[in-house]
Amino acid sequence: MARRTHDIRRYPGFLPMTILCLTLLYAPLIVVTVYSFNASNSITNWEGVSLRWYVDVFTGVEADKYKRAAWNSFTIALIAATTATTIATLAATGMIRSGTFRLRTLSFGLISLPLMVPEIVTAVATLIFFNSIGFVRGYTTILLAHIAFCIPFAYMPISARMQGIEDSYEQAAMDLYATRRQAFTKILLPLMMPGIISGFLLAFIISLDDFIITNFVKGAGVETLPTAIFGAVKQGIKPNIMAISTMLLAVSVVMVTISYFISKSDNAK
Amino acid sequence: MAAGAASGGSARSDTYKEARTWLLLPAWAVLTILVLAPVAMMLVYSFLTKEFRGGVIWEFSLAAYDQFFCNRGLFGDEPCAIEWTYINIFWRSIWQAGAATILSLVIGFPTAYFIATRPERVRPLWVFLITIPYWVNLLIRTVSMKFVLRDQGPLNDLLLATGLIDDPLRIVNTNFAVQLGLFYSYLPFMVLPIYASVERYNFTLSEAAADLYASKWTTLRRVLLPAVKPGVIAGCILVFVPSLGSFLAPDLLGGAKNFMIGSLIEEQFKGNAGNWPFGAASAMILLTMVLIILLILARQQARAQKGAG
Amino acid sequence: MGNTASAADTVAVSIDHVTKRYGTFTALRDISLTIADNEFFTLLGPSGCGKTTLLRMIAGFEDVTEGEIYLFGDEIETLPPNKRPVNTVFQNYALFPHMSVTDNVAFGLEMLGRSKAEARARAGEMLELVQLSRFADRQPSQLSGGQQQRVALARALAPQPKVLLLDEPLSALDLKLRQAMRYELKALQRETGITFIFVTHDQEEALTMSDRIAVMSDGRLQQLGAARDIYEAPHNVFVADFIGETNLLEVSVNEVKDDRATCDLGGGYILSCDAVEGIGQGAHVHMSIRPERLFLSDGPTEAQSLEGTVRDNIFVGTDIQTIVALREGPDITVRSSNSDRGNARIFEPGRAVHVNMEAGAARLLVD
Repeated sequence: MARRTHDIRRYPGFLPMTILCLTLLYAPLIVVTVYSFNASNSITNWEGVSLRWYVDVFTGVEADKYKRAAWNSFTIALIAATTATTIATLAATGMIRSGTFRLRTLSFGLISLPLMVPEIVTAVATLIFFNSIGFVRGYTTILLAHIAFCIPFAYMPISARMQGIEDSYEQAAMDLYATRRQAFTKILLPLMMPGIISGFLLAFIISLDDFIITNFVKGAGVETLPTAIFGAVKQGIKPNIMAISTMLLAVSVVMVTISYFISKSDNAK
Repeated sequence: MAAGAASGGSARSDTYKEARTWLLLPAWAVLTILVLAPVAMMLVYSFLTKEFRGGVIWEFSLAAYDQFFCNRGLFGDEPCAIEWTYINIFWRSIWQAGAATILSLVIGFPTAYFIATRPERVRPLWVFLITIPYWVNLLIRTVSMKFVLRDQGPLNDLLLATGLIDDPLRIVNTNFAVQLGLFYSYLPFMVLPIYASVERYNFTLSEAAADLYASKWTTLRRVLLPAVKPGVIAGCILVFVPSLGSFLAPDLLGGAKNFMIGSLIEEQFKGNAGNWPFGAASAMILLTMVLIILLILARQQARAQKGAG
Repeated sequence: MGNTASAADTVAVSIDHVTKRYGTFTALRDISLTIADNEFFTLLGPSGCGKTTLLRMIAGFEDVTEGEIYLFGDEIETLPPNKRPVNTVFQNYALFPHMSVTDNVAFGLEMLGRSKAEARARAGEMLELVQLSRFADRQPSQLSGGQQQRVALARALAPQPKVLLLDEPLSALDLKLRQAMRYELKALQRETGITFIFVTHDQEEALTMSDRIAVMSDGRLQQLGAARDIYEAPHNVFVADFIGETNLLEVSVNEVKDDRATCDLGGGYILSCDAVEGIGQGAHVHMSIRPERLFLSDGPTEAQSLEGTVRDNIFVGTDIQTIVALREGPDITVRSSNSDRGNARIFEPGRAVHVNMEAGAARLLVD
């Protein structure tokens, strides 16, 4: 016989809600993953397990288009995330390790601006900006826009990490005859590494993910994976789209998992 | 704390005070040029004259705002009467975003609470579970949702097979599908702030309420909820704001009938049919709304912080 | 305020009219003191008194608003922390978590340009000195609090600083370990001959280890002197109250004559004690009487005494505290040792007693 709990923290129905929540979150992803292995030509019928749509992505009629889009997506994500992480690391040092200053609140507002402005607004504004200065839209415009909106995503984990590092480490280093620069490179930077890696991974995923802004600032003929997939989905969901989606999904899950374990191993300290 | 007043009791350090300008300069420059300047330019464009093949003519004009708010009859020469077309689109967006927020709250609050009351060791794992889908490409998530909800999709297959329904449910291209899509897009924004405030909540207060004869649900309503209110409000706004300007969920799951602000704006910049000043003006109006909401949130949080000491 | 460092000693650190302000807040007001070479010197005071600020100024982490700091005769204000021949043991040790114990200890020497081999060899010696050779390859997080504390000591001593600064280094340890470390620190100081400047808010710690103590409060130097003098002859109310326990009684001075003062406690009690410079006839001041320098008796003794009634006895392990209500006056606490040799006779509550004072027990205090 189950004894009634008097645990004040427990509310009946909250566990089912949590399960419902997780089901809603994961079911679509799992379904698409499963159907990406469907042998059928149709997305409705199940005809057994096959890798044919994965093969199709790499060798099919549209293979070239997707390869080019994937190349664009990954190179843009890599360059944008690297640049944004560098800028964010410097900015976090300036914000958290340089005392109080008058422009601090304003600087913080500027850094978090891309998070506050709705994406569609940023997209419109960026398009208009490039148009007004006569910048021809293409790979470079996508890259520049991505660098800008990746900065806050890289900044958040880096600054959170830096706030957790007492400045006594750097002071101890300088007390032990290290110069400011040595204290930065030998002490602060290694201690910040988990935050920097998380920041980089998040920025990378955010860049890889972006559809709206890219859709506005991309020129004719330049596609990233999301814009290519969107274009294809507009004609109806095809099985090869599900294969691409599953691969992209796997990339995201792997990167977030790495980021999680980096932060976790560090908390254990 | 022995350092006491000496270190001001704060973790803030000034080790790199001299280098501050150089450290912040790249961020200032990039964000000013690529975010602030574009928004300013967008404001300028909203007051320009439209060019028919897309783009603008550099002539001052209030036409974009006039088109948004004023109905001047068939020939455009009547006095200004309120134009409802675009206001209605905004209103529908607010309504959809609001419904998605409530859906997120109803499912997100118990989830956040459940996670926050797990043993401390496993909490990060639960948070991780909730956030993974968020990091999966939004487009892929929305497409997946559409795939599942289709008339011939797995959900209907399942319901038909179990005999719960006789005809497939038509979910795609309804308001509900859009709300579900928005819920799916921004749920972690609801769960995380609520989780954070429940985790900080001192459960002795609940025990004290129970000790003073309050039932569990009364305790929830009278003691717990007021204490975690800032987290709930933050979560609601963090879901509401991006939902308001979202594009993918209404576009892919809503169809033409369930047009929202995002689609309205997007349309103005597509091909030759567009109207850039009008698109810029619509985006400005959306941005203004969002900034007002965020300002209210900031003030509310500042007050909550003050209240907490 | 006496400065008892004798002129013959070499002066290690000289603080000359140092003031520190943060905006409108004054953290230190016109502090002047000198610390002799080879001295174990303690800055003692409650949190926020400015002692850590002073230490951090010597280390170079805080700017001096006014005044000068000299290190072996050289003005050091212009030197950044990494150019000052002083090292610090931080309150939370600040051991670099991404480096091994040896790398931590060798860090300073490497920064000074020594070869890696030399730095590591020296680190090995230092670890031997603090008996941690076995843990040389561990990460700091794998050590106990006490071990981390020794690594921090070894790391700060490795570059052979002219002065070692210790910022509440024992506060994170538990009581037993803290007591053991007191003796070790003192021994280490004697062994190395390095000047130690030790910051603490724990008066017991200060009394057991220090050659001299500077008591600080509210950004001011309250008293400077040998441990014993500070305890036995507190200069003002703050010092008497902060160091040890004491009975603080309000008195008015009736007469000052031949270095003796006659004081009126009210309620008809008159006590005579040593006169203090600056307290003249008619002054209303406080008097400090340490409870262990009082003893009880049924009737009058040769000592000066006050009559009262026992209110309560409190057992505190080593001692018994008896609280006596004076006639029309305040309560006064008497401490007697809990041993057969001591006068551990228990006087029951309600009993009339005489509270007797050892010679020199009563001290007048400047407010």
